[in-house]
Amino acid sequence: MEKLLGTDTVKRGMAQMQKGGVIMDVINAEQAKIAEASGAVAVMALERVPSDIRAAGGVARMADPRIVEEVMNAVSIPVMAKARIGHIVESRVLESMGVDYIDESEVLTPADEEYHILKSDFTVPFVCGCRDLGEAARRIGEGASMLRTKGEPGTGNIVEAVRHMRKVQSQIRKVSIMSDDELMTEAKNLGAPFEILREIKRTGKLPVVNFAAGGIATPADAALMMELGADGVFVGSGIFKSETPEKFASAIVQATTYFTDYELIGKLSKELGSAMKGIDISKLAPAERMQERGW
Amino acid sequence: MITIGVLGLQGAVEEHLNQIKAAGEQAIIVKKPEQLREIDGLIIPGGESTTMRKLMDRYGFMEPIKSFFEGKKPIFGTCAGMVLAAKELTGDEVAYLGLMDISVKRNGFGRQRESFEADLSIKGMEAPYKAVFIRAPFADEVGEGVEVLAVYEENVVAARQDHVLVSAFHPELTGDDRFLQLFIEMVKTSVIKAELKTC
Repeated sequence: MEKLLGTDTVKRGMAQMQKGGVIMDVINAEQAKIAEASGAVAVMALERVPSDIRAAGGVARMADPRIVEEVMNAVSIPVMAKARIGHIVESRVLESMGVDYIDESEVLTPADEEYHILKSDFTVPFVCGCRDLGEAARRIGEGASMLRTKGEPGTGNIVEAVRHMRKVQSQIRKVSIMSDDELMTEAKNLGAPFEILREIKRTGKLPVVNFAAGGIATPADAALMMELGADGVFVGSGIFKSETPEKFASAIVQATTYFTDYELIGKLSKELGSAMKGIDISKLAPAERMQERGW
Repeated sequence: MITIGVLGLQGAVEEHLNQIKAAGEQAIIVKKPEQLREIDGLIIPGGESTTMRKLMDRYGFMEPIKSFFEGKKPIFGTCAGMVLAAKELTGDEVAYLGLMDISVKRNGFGRQRESFEADLSIKGMEAPYKAVFIRAPFADEVGEGVEVLAVYEENVVAARQDHVLVSAFHPELTGDDRFLQLFIEMVKTSVIKAELKTC
């Protein structure tokens, strides 16, 4: 009875168990406990939430391992953590600590502007951001076991996450009705590995789970992303930058589970207080757009 | 044809639905407690047991599932479902539904990096069964009325007691539907029994 660790099934399966759920950014044990109590399926341990990373400027790196450890000790739900794009060693450190999932994330300052991590080399599974099907397929090709939209992190503005989710979905639909002899050209145009594109064409869906992330600030935002076909949502700054984190956390969880129950979402939204302050994407200079990081 | 419901609060709901439909039976997602009336058997899927438990409390599933169980209708818990079905949890945690006389250790096999696949020999099945364990629990104690179906590294990973079936692994993540077939048999038997009673 040989034991096989870190297989694709085990790594992708872990993300499948998160479906229909909300993954919340937290910066300490106290926030992690609030997230868990609200019904989060996992927490993302980091040093600052994206809106604070934006405000602070400078180089954003992997969180202090003490914070990650503190969060891991505080909750029984899975703990994720972010590593810089291309930072093999940050990822290895997180893996050695026993983190359940690594986010190779554009929220942090990239360590490599040309290459992403070869994620198939790791036992720990990875989630990566994508803006279109080509980027999604490239990350799967490198071994990502879960995807999420990039959106525009730390803005509280849903528009980019919507753009990315719609783009991926519409490109999947296009590929699934394509004839076989058109597929190689499409792979070239998208910059997508051919074999992965062929699998997407055959099954009509991505081979891994795809969550929404980057700008979700309200229960209605979360429900909108589910409506557009997201398998679940990540909420970064939206919870602990709101007026009432406990209420926001629990309301976003409920809105994600019952995303077509509009009466419920209306009721949940009534008692919340104000959401995080948002940023108009057009006011961001191109260099401030985190979604442009990675390729 | 029988109808199997999959508790649809969170987790691998779609995977179970697809497997049930592929086996030629009817499947529905159960999102509201009153839907339990429409089904012959219930699957509590894999997911995060802590989350599911909170959502089940919030939406009033606890008592309706217990009466479903008392009405002798079959229930199948996979991974998180096994944790929720247990009568006891190892450590200081309070058990939830208490449907099966087992004591379960949550994440007994460890965190994600310890998640694994392995071939299991399962009671009543001839060929080995490829099982997928993800942050999986196991039962470290089982009561007298519990039939142990599979053991891995000396811990119980699949069991049956009357009309309740549990597995620590995820039958919904593989193409092998023998576990689902076992549950379908249990559901069919219970439907026949219920019909005999009303005759």
